[in-house]
Amino acid sequence: MEVNWRLARRQKALWKRAAIVQAVRTFFVGRGYLEVETPQRIPAPAPESHIDAMPADGWFLQTSPELCMKRLLAAGYERLFQICHCWRGAERGSLHVPEFTILEWYRGGADYRGLMDECEALLPYVAHAIGLPDQFSYRGRPVDLATPWERISVREAFSRYAHTSPEEALERGVFDALMVSDVEPRLGAGRPTFLYDYPAQRGALARLRADDPGVAERFELYAAGLELANAFSELVDAEEQRARFTQEETYRRSLGKHPYPMADEFLRELPNMPPAAGIALGVDRLVMLLTDAATIDEVVAFTPEDL
Amino acid sequence: MLPVGELKKGTTLILDNELYVVTSFEFVKPGKGQAMYRTKMRNLASGAVVERTFRSGDSFEPTRLDQHNAQYLYHDGDSYTFMDNDSYEQFTIGEEALGDATNYLIDNLPVEILFFRDKPIGVNIPNFLNLRVVKCDAWAKGDTSSSDFKPATLETGAVVRVPPFVNEGDLIQIDTRSGEYLSRVKE
Repeated sequence: MEVNWRLARRQKALWKRAAIVQAVRTFFVGRGYLEVETPQRIPAPAPESHIDAMPADGWFLQTSPELCMKRLLAAGYERLFQICHCWRGAERGSLHVPEFTILEWYRGGADYRGLMDECEALLPYVAHAIGLPDQFSYRGRPVDLATPWERISVREAFSRYAHTSPEEALERGVFDALMVSDVEPRLGAGRPTFLYDYPAQRGALARLRADDPGVAERFELYAAGLELANAFSELVDAEEQRARFTQEETYRRSLGKHPYPMADEFLRELPNMPPAAGIALGVDRLVMLLTDAATIDEVVAFTPEDL
Repeated sequence: MLPVGELKKGTTLILDNELYVVTSFEFVKPGKGQAMYRTKMRNLASGAVVERTFRSGDSFEPTRLDQHNAQYLYHDGDSYTFMDNDSYEQFTIGEEALGDATNYLIDNLPVEILFFRDKPIGVNIPNFLNLRVVKCDAWAKGDTSSSDFKPATLETGAVVRVPPFVNEGDLIQIDTRSGEYLSRVKE
């Protein structure tokens, strides 16, 4: 029988992927981060309005390793990273597979701006490690990793590209639609872009800005229109966190979604967590960017359809 | 009702009392935001193409189209003619309504003609088809590690991406839904 070409043809991309993951590890180990592996099946995911955890034998497959990693921070670990599989139900498209790979890292004592700086160091490090220069192209669009990268607030970006304010977009129920159609395609043109300071309701696990409580200290990183990472200055106020979880869970249940139990262990230990910032970067997306792949299918060993 | 997540290229549906066929369909989801489905649809009455973005949770009235077994006969410019296997009646359908199917039409290909209110509006072709490669570059022998694609022209004139080891004259199996090469066919 002839070899399965759908699998065979990815070999070049998978060699590059392995080199990228290796470079990521070297980068974090060199900066004094401890690599951890936390359980992938958990009893209580963090409720988020538009992310669906898959039930697994009474518990759930993680949608991110966030809660377990924060419990380690609360237990005194200062710098942590993890590369792991995560699962999100019903997400399948040219940029999504329901089982995907996250690189998540946490830094005690830092805020989201500290993580922006770290991203500016990580991406060039990884690109150079696989022989890419600072300047390359992704799907015909120029990418330039030379720093500093663009930093634009959600407010500025909506005003500039969607001619409205984030509040008005939320009010009209078109925040996500405008983000996808008018804002995201313009981000990361040349240098990558940090889109920061999201409306408070769009940062369920993020700290609000002390000087502007209408916005959450959250950013997303984009290169050539491709969304790569999401970061927070982490919320460490357990009461506030419980209230936001309750709100998100109420919304989820109102849509008839599979109910989650409250993440009580996490909330109990959260008061011990020092101020910290955390970020999740899509490893598959990073590989797409650095290998000029049009779809996520080209950079994973198996898609669900191949199984 | 038909949930938006089940739409595919080629799905027909009724929207605002008009019949549409989905011509492109893309799942999009901004970071932590709501899932959306960006679609392009062609109005089967007017031919106009509209772009619409739907949200997860949206659903549609499914359409029931009559299907007749038929075979492809020939084409003349942009018009493609098929014959109903039972009545021997011939139907002509425009290139635009056929979409990607025109890439795979070979003589006598069995198809299903789709009718809406007695009007032929398109065809279903088999999901898997064996087609002959009539033109492609030779492969540098011994280059077993390469996973690069190369273009190959099929007997229908369609160009598909094939593995390096495919040669001119080979019969290959194509997934007509995605236009992807699947395998070489032993003869």
